Amino acid sequence: MALDKPYKDIPGTTIFDAEQSRKGYHLNQFCMSLMKADNRARFRADERAYLDEWPMTEEQKLAVLTRDLNRCIAAGGNIYFLAKIGATDGKSFQQMAGSMTGMSEEAYRDMMIAGGRSIEGNRYLGESK
Amino acid sequence: MARISASVYTSHVPAIGAALDLGKSREPYWQKVFAGYEFSQQWFSQNTPDVIFLVYNDHANAFSLEMIPTFAIGCAAEFMPADEGWGPRPVPRVIGHPELAAHIAHSVIQDDFDLTIVNKMDVDHGLTVPLSLLCGQPPVDKFAWPCPVIPFAVNVVQYPVPSGRRCYNLGKAIRKAVESYDAPLNVQIWGTGGMSHQLQGPRAGLINREFDQAFLDRLIADPAGLAAMPHIDYVREAGSEGIELVMWLIARGAMNDADLKVMHRFYHVPASNTAVGHLILENPS
Repeated sequence: MALDKPYKDIPGTTIFDAEQSRKGYHLNQFCMSLMKADNRARFRADERAYLDEWPMTEEQKLAVLTRDLNRCIAAGGNIYFLAKIGATDGKSFQQMAGSMTGMSEEAYRDMMIAGGRSIEGNRYLGESK
Repeated sequence: MARISASVYTSHVPAIGAALDLGKSREPYWQKVFAGYEFSQQWFSQNTPDVIFLVYNDHANAFSLEMIPTFAIGCAAEFMPADEGWGPRPVPRVIGHPELAAHIAHSVIQDDFDLTIVNKMDVDHGLTVPLSLLCGQPPVDKFAWPCPVIPFAVNVVQYPVPSGRRCYNLGKAIRKAVESYDAPLNVQIWGTGGMSHQLQGPRAGLINREFDQAFLDRLIADPAGLAAMPHIDYVREAGSEGIELVMWLIARGAMNDADLKVMHRFYHVPASNTAVGHLILENPS
């Protein structure tokens, strides 16, 4: 019998559950390794070589190399771990979050100052706005 | 003999810590956030407890995916601020309370809650930002927090996180544990995280004021009912990261309903990607 996953119909949202965690274990642990300064230096010097030290899938490595955070999440990444890549690149959490929305940094920041993204039309997939 | 005198609830946004540490708290954007904690700092300095039992979550700093404890009680004598990628926050190390922590662990495990005992862990912004908000920046010549802190880290990183019901009942077990401790300690229990926010995916930036205000109302007046709210409601309405709010139920579960006094309530959007919520509840007698 399948597990009940009601969160699969929330738009623009991937819940980091046990299945995603299983898929993304090495991707997330790679991210964790960037908490050490010498690892950050080695990664910056040759990203592909550093990634090839990890038993990640090619899809996960490409997602990291292109800094496509949505792609990383689909491949099992969790935002708190992916944030270590952002820290390595000198990005703030707001910049990282905004990069997944398709909005410019300024537009995302302005949206937050204006009160954030509305829940209206954002509860269920296929909801009409 | 020990007793819980009050509970404090607050967001623990890392950008708040960064604003304090980089001297930005007077900027208009940040002034609006810190204004909500002026009363709280006054209240805390006049009502400093003997120990804070601080419920929070780690954000992939102390814990990786190697081990994911659901409920981790910090029983050590001290805890260092974590290096989250920008060097550790320039705040004091956290002094623990090993005697009370061991007592609480024993009592709560005996009551069928499966705690993980932790004797070494760093503490990240989830714990240190609430301390900064309530205690202010400690002076250089007395660089310490005002009282010991027992860190209590809850897994909200990997789903499913503990249910609201589980958190609320855990709070009751913690209260029972504190009340059976044989020294007249004045204990506060803090619940941190939230309020509505989403940090990932195309729906990043989600804020839901109605949900947040209703959550604050129900936390005060109907915590048992609130504890029945399923996870799907949190994540759908308040964002994937809004699930952190379940931790507030641990603190609320430890309060006596019969003698509850609302000392302070504050709400403001935004602090970075997050809605800031804050409550102080006392059990005066």
